[in-house]
Amino acid sequence: MLIGEAAIRAGCRFYAGYPITPQNELTEYMSENMRKVKDGIFIQSESEIAAIHMVTGASAAGVRAMTSSSSPGISLKQDGISSLAACELPAVIVNMMRGGPGLGNIAPAQGDYFQATRGGGHGDYRTIVLAPASCQELADLTMDAFDLADEYRNPAIILADGMMGQMMEPTVFKKAKPRNYSESFMLRGAGKGKSKIIKGLVLPPLEMEEHNWKLARKYQVISDKETRHEAFNLDNAELVVVAYGTAARITKGAIKRLGESGLRVGLFRPITLWPFPVKALRELSHKVKNFLVFEMSTGQMLEDVRLALQGYANIDFHGRPGGVVPTPAEFAIAVEREFRDKDTYGRQF
Amino acid sequence: MKKVFSRPKSLKENFIYHYCPGCGHSIAHRLVAEVIDELGIRGITIGVPPAGCAVLAYYYIDVDMIEAQHGRGPALATGIKRVLPDRIVFSYQGDGDLAAIGTAESLHAANRGENITVFFINNAVYGMTGGQMAPTTILGQKTTTSAPGRDITLDGYPIKMSEILCLLPGVKYVERCAVNSPANIVKTKKAIKKAFQYQIDGVGFSMIEILSQCPTNWKMSSIDSCKWIDEVMVKEYPLGVLKDVTAPEKKKGK
Amino acid sequence: MLVKTIFSGFGGQGVMMIGYTFAHGAMNAGYHVTYLPSYGAEVRGGTANCTVSVADEEIASPVASEPEYVVAMNNPSVQTFQNRIASNGIMLINSSITDARPNRKDITVYEIPAGEIAEKIGNPRASNVVMIGALLKKIGMIPPETYLNSLETILGDKKKAVAETNRRAFAAGYDYLK
Repeated sequence: MLIGEAAIRAGCRFYAGYPITPQNELTEYMSENMRKVKDGIFIQSESEIAAIHMVTGASAAGVRAMTSSSSPGISLKQDGISSLAACELPAVIVNMMRGGPGLGNIAPAQGDYFQATRGGGHGDYRTIVLAPASCQELADLTMDAFDLADEYRNPAIILADGMMGQMMEPTVFKKAKPRNYSESFMLRGAGKGKSKIIKGLVLPPLEMEEHNWKLARKYQVISDKETRHEAFNLDNAELVVVAYGTAARITKGAIKRLGESGLRVGLFRPITLWPFPVKALRELSHKVKNFLVFEMSTGQMLEDVRLALQGYANIDFHGRPGGVVPTPAEFAIAVEREFRDKDTYGRQF
Repeated sequence: MKKVFSRPKSLKENFIYHYCPGCGHSIAHRLVAEVIDELGIRGITIGVPPAGCAVLAYYYIDVDMIEAQHGRGPALATGIKRVLPDRIVFSYQGDGDLAAIGTAESLHAANRGENITVFFINNAVYGMTGGQMAPTTILGQKTTTSAPGRDITLDGYPIKMSEILCLLPGVKYVERCAVNSPANIVKTKKAIKKAFQYQIDGVGFSMIEILSQCPTNWKMSSIDSCKWIDEVMVKEYPLGVLKDVTAPEKKKGK
Repeated sequence: MLVKTIFSGFGGQGVMMIGYTFAHGAMNAGYHVTYLPSYGAEVRGGTANCTVSVADEEIASPVASEPEYVVAMNNPSVQTFQNRIASNGIMLINSSITDARPNRKDITVYEIPAGEIAEKIGNPRASNVVMIGALLKKIGMIPPETYLNSLETILGDKKKAVAETNRRAFAAGYDYLK
């Protein structure tokens, strides 16, 4: 709901979606509210695949377009996400992650990190991935996602989970920036001028190579300019938990309890999962030597943390996959248990 | 001297068709371009070519174009048309694209009655990938994935998408044509023009199925492949108007 | 200060509604608030619950490991949350349809015959509002009028008679506890 309202305020005028739990509230909200805004279009598509391609069409035609789904549906959408990246078309895709693989369940999980941050579909591409950890951020990042997608002409993903989707908090909508997207990228009929082609098919390998490098250069710019993270309670921390989204919220709750029992724990929360805030995390390793990655998965962001820290610090992992949302108390106990025995700390990975 | 034949303005200059000699695509492309010229809609037309041989249609037909992934043309066209209802939007699809991998998109765009035009090139094989069996392959027809000939027990029956779509109230006009003879080509052009006119008038979804020769994958000469359409394909896929609802201005009079 | 409350009962008893209106009231009283419903398959026919966190500072986690307050509308709710409730916590039980009682000695239990009270007022379905009245008496924090305004904002343009019944149900619950 919140995402829907933020999207409409950001000027999104096209939404196509297919029912899947836990994100139906958003589809329902768009159905009701898209028709209330001028030129707002809502389509309940026949499939996830159709939805993403409708979004592609709408994006090519020049409007801000969005689709949303949950894990299995996002797998189906990869056909279109890869195509959007290839054709350099902006779009916002929301994934309210649930337990997986396969049908999994409908409880909050974080198992789609690899899929989101490594492109997800076939081919050499990346998507911008934003991971909100509060309702306020859900609204803010949705608006930002549209701006980033436009700026880099690339799909942007909001990666949240069922808990983020269901939770309510007081939220203030920020003012949306005016859209900055050239009409020259839009397909609106050639008029009297030259006709345009939007395509991802590049048959000659040398030309395809150039297209790949062009995209890669763009991804490099995004990596250099757009990383975001939150640092929490890092002063004098002896252990830093790296967590995003719901896991980061749980961590914040646990940090307080741990502080009361004399363990100084900080939180490093990536807000952009791709680009991953490598530099900031690496700098942190000059001060802190013990890191604990906490995910509601069996360890995916863990790999990015390892790449960022390059062996300069101890890294341990705590995972709760399958739709289990541990309480801050549970997590605090786990951290204490892991960390108490410093000799074995970090041996697991 | 009177000029009696020239390149349609809506075909790009200085191109060489990459299609095989005798292929029906180039004729269909030219007809689409001629009709776009005649209706004066070049500047407001947006085309969606498919994955397959015809993906390169954007190098020939001189209108704004965006390629679709395998089978997704009608979904893309839906997105474009909903955003730009005053533009003329068409998708151009082959039989594998429209009747196999994109069946859902085709059926549902038709069922929603999207005001778009679909050109359905039926040559009974997958062309670009090298002549595999298509959903429209004729019973007994030999392809690279039905070497002894299409067998009902293994492969089912040739699918008749035009007849299937006619059942949907959202579909306003369906005609099956062919581009294997001058007479059929003239009829095809008329059908294409009517379909575009219907879209301009806001009538709704229309599809023109075009039986098209593929001499390379049929392993025939160009002339034999034109004959094969008359002698074999047409028996499975009879030509003619399959559905044509009255135009809206006539409806208003009732 | 951080206070977490879990509202729990059968789907249809209106626990989500009182949780949501309570969160809204707390927001209007100037607090940081999170509202987290339990959802999915378990909601249907089973026990539904929601967690409301209220604080005067940023709330880290919307999940309640150890809620300070539990409003239990049915037996499964008492059984589930008696193990979770914080030491010195308060459990309010709708005693009209609940015979389960917690075994814990370190918490305070209030039994409120919400069903009977609501029936007396003339709307047996208002037992949830009776319970929230009782909760507000114990929890303080939100002035009754602020809460009632939230309740009426959320119920929107429903009939005035309903609003009137709700006010009476709320008052009855509020006054039931000392």
